[in-house]
Amino acid sequence: MTTAPAQAGWRFRQPSVIPGFGLTLGFSLAYLTLIILIPLSGLVWRSAALGWTDFWAIAMDRRTLNALEISFGAALIAAAVNVVFGTLVAWVLVRYRFPGRRIVDAMVDLPFALPTAVAGISLTTLYAPNGWIGHLLAPLGVKVAYTPLGIVVALVFIGLPFVVRTVQPIMEELDKEVEEAAATLGASRFQIITRVLFPGLAPAIITGFSLAFARGVGEYGSVIFIAGNLPFKSEIAPLLIVIRLEEYNYPAATAIAAIMLALSFLMLLVVNLAQTWSRKRYG
Amino acid sequence: MEVRVVNVRKEFERFPALHDVSLDIRSGELIALLGPSGSGKTTLLRLIAGLERPTKGAIFFGDEDASQKSIQERNVGFVFQHYALFRHMTVADNIGFGLKVRHGAARPSASEIRRRASELLDLVQLSGLEKRYPAQLSGGQRQRVALARAMAIEPKVLLLDEPFGALDAQVRRELRRWLREIHDATGHTTVFVTHDQEEALELADRVVVMSQGRIEQVGSADEIYDMPNSPFVYSFIGESSSLPVKVDNGEIWLADRPIGLPASNAASGEALLYFRPHDVELLDGCSGCIAGTVAASRRVAGTRRVELEIGGERQRVEIELPVDHPAAQKSRVAFRPRRWKLFPAS
Repeated sequence: MTTAPAQAGWRFRQPSVIPGFGLTLGFSLAYLTLIILIPLSGLVWRSAALGWTDFWAIAMDRRTLNALEISFGAALIAAAVNVVFGTLVAWVLVRYRFPGRRIVDAMVDLPFALPTAVAGISLTTLYAPNGWIGHLLAPLGVKVAYTPLGIVVALVFIGLPFVVRTVQPIMEELDKEVEEAAATLGASRFQIITRVLFPGLAPAIITGFSLAFARGVGEYGSVIFIAGNLPFKSEIAPLLIVIRLEEYNYPAATAIAAIMLALSFLMLLVVNLAQTWSRKRYG
Repeated sequence: MEVRVVNVRKEFERFPALHDVSLDIRSGELIALLGPSGSGKTTLLRLIAGLERPTKGAIFFGDEDASQKSIQERNVGFVFQHYALFRHMTVADNIGFGLKVRHGAARPSASEIRRRASELLDLVQLSGLEKRYPAQLSGGQRQRVALARAMAIEPKVLLLDEPFGALDAQVRRELRRWLREIHDATGHTTVFVTHDQEEALELADRVVVMSQGRIEQVGSADEIYDMPNSPFVYSFIGESSSLPVKVDNGEIWLADRPIGLPASNAASGEALLYFRPHDVELLDGCSGCIAGTVAASRRVAGTRRVELEIGGERQRVEIELPVDHPAAQKSRVAFRPRRWKLFPAS
């Protein structure tokens, strides 16, 4: 071998046959700075102008705290629901052949394409106490529209394709023989799913969860129609930001936004760490 | 455990993959299912395992009708061509899986499972790799883990589907010898599928030659090679040449001339003469022989393969000569098969 002796320690670039590492990395950094970093740092800078005590006062405001709790809580619940049913939908699409499968498959993407306001309005119409589904639930004492439950319903709708589309390709790659091997070793259907299939899907499911969750936290259009937007009850943080903007209270708006940014970043970081861990384990 | 396959027929969406196959596998035997792709050998193996259900017929494990049992209840060890290891589990967890999924009293304790796993790892010569993940092993090592995993459940039958098919030639040969040793040490009834005749003949006690969903012949390596019972087996196993001939008067005739071979038991009429290219006797003069013009001559390892054109119809046959044999220089070669077999022309 005539290659140079391996350098010890951390290396900045991996040797590769494809040239252009410097160019592509430079472009990526410049692009990310322009698109993400500058707007976000503007946000931090504006809210920093507020001063610590004012910032803290806004952050600890009951209305702000409630709005954040509703936003993150509903997004978490919706993402969890989507993990269960999204995985199920992906399973049905991958494993079974039935007439209309392609149509169902295409339908999964609709929440991506539909303007969120349209989704919000139609969900509200359906779940309002006199709507198709709402009037069935009303006698049971279940109110969906204009409550936090309605927010969850909207976020479930919005987040479903994220889970399905991340889990589906991994599921398609699952080796039939691995299941057969487990069966010959005496594993029941249930044991095959929980011990063999699910662990293999875990990284994809975690990704789907984090995407659906992130989308849910930032969702605005569909939620404001169904939520009823009662302060302290069913008011989401993005709406509160808009309200503050309309009051020309820019510092308050940026402060809430900065808190959302920090929380989202923290949660996505945790999810990413969980994913790295499961990737390492399940390789 | 002896295994009996009785009149099994298997159709996939009306397309028959196996026609009325019957096979008796003796207890403790190492048996090979050999055939070209599409011959139904893998289907037969999967039927024994319970991974497929027969359209007709039954499979017995000892006196029990296994066709009524689910895969889980059959207690077979199955090894796949592409290993099918659980990649999120360590080697030890892979091997212990079959014991861990048992219920109640049938499940050994965790320490017992660990002990069994390391015992099996010793057997497959991979001690010390308990904590590795399948992705960290070579192909040959993965297949050994797969075999250890299959043996952990103390299976009634061990079934291997082209176990060495994905490995390179060197590793293949090594694992072949190793599998034979393991079989002799453990005495499991073992059935393996292969399309590699060398593997089948070298490894198996008996070889089952299959073609187009039927069993052509069952026998030891010697029986299959020396006494093939059909033109398919003759040409599929080892090298062979064939010539259309005529049988008349208890003699074999090639284009109006007797070739000096008796055919006392064969019926008169058109026939096909099969012989091995290396099992021929070269003749000088030709009164009762097969003679042909040399069309091509190739050196293959320790021998020279000569292609001859025979008679007016220029039928081509191949014979093998020692490298330094003078006949290879001539333009005409006369020979007579030492051993041969006649099959009626179809």
